[in-house]
Amino acid sequence: MMLLTVAVVASIMFAIAALLAVYRIVVGPSVLDRVIASDVLVATIICALAAEMALNRHTDTLPVLLVLALFAVLGSLSVARFLPARDSA
Amino acid sequence: MSATVLDLLTAVLVLSGGAMCLAAGIGLVRFPDVLSRLHAATKPQIFGLMAVTADVAINNFSVGTVTLCVAIVVFQALTAPMAAHLVGRAAYTTEHLRPDLLIVDELQGHRP
Repeated sequence: MMLLTVAVVASIMFAIAALLAVYRIVVGPSVLDRVIASDVLVATIICALAAEMALNRHTDTLPVLLVLALFAVLGSLSVARFLPARDSA
Repeated sequence: MSATVLDLLTAVLVLSGGAMCLAAGIGLVRFPDVLSRLHAATKPQIFGLMAVTADVAINNFSVGTVTLCVAIVVFQALTAPMAAHLVGRAAYTTEHLRPDLLIVDELQGHRP
């Protein structure tokens, strides 16, 4: 019963965090804000997957977490590396 | 470990991971410029991930699970600061920041 309550509360927290990150991706104002917000979205998805594993006591999606932890960096890294100077998009 | 203690530990770790993600989302929306949003964004990437993967490891305690969880945290700790550093540097060189919010600007005069 306690774990059910925890699951509901944690789901609401993850959902609000993901929605706020999506809001920042949509609103901007600069491309770096969008990159940071997409990083937060990936981190929220990783945490939600791991929380689901912990609450249901299985380890099925651990490889997904490993791949996300390894390769989630590539998008923001390439955007930050090849960002043109004084870009306002 | 008794079942109640395990449930309590699970609840605390999951809720702290959720609180980290929520704090990052609120910080993304409320903070004023790229650098302060970057500060808020890096919280769930390390601490939230550490909390929830530790939770997975103690709920399914075996050599394989613990090894995989340690690997996940290590790889995230290797890649997340790299991305944050590059985004911060790009924000400084392309002037996506508010100079009036900086307390100290040690790169003043010799921009990278």
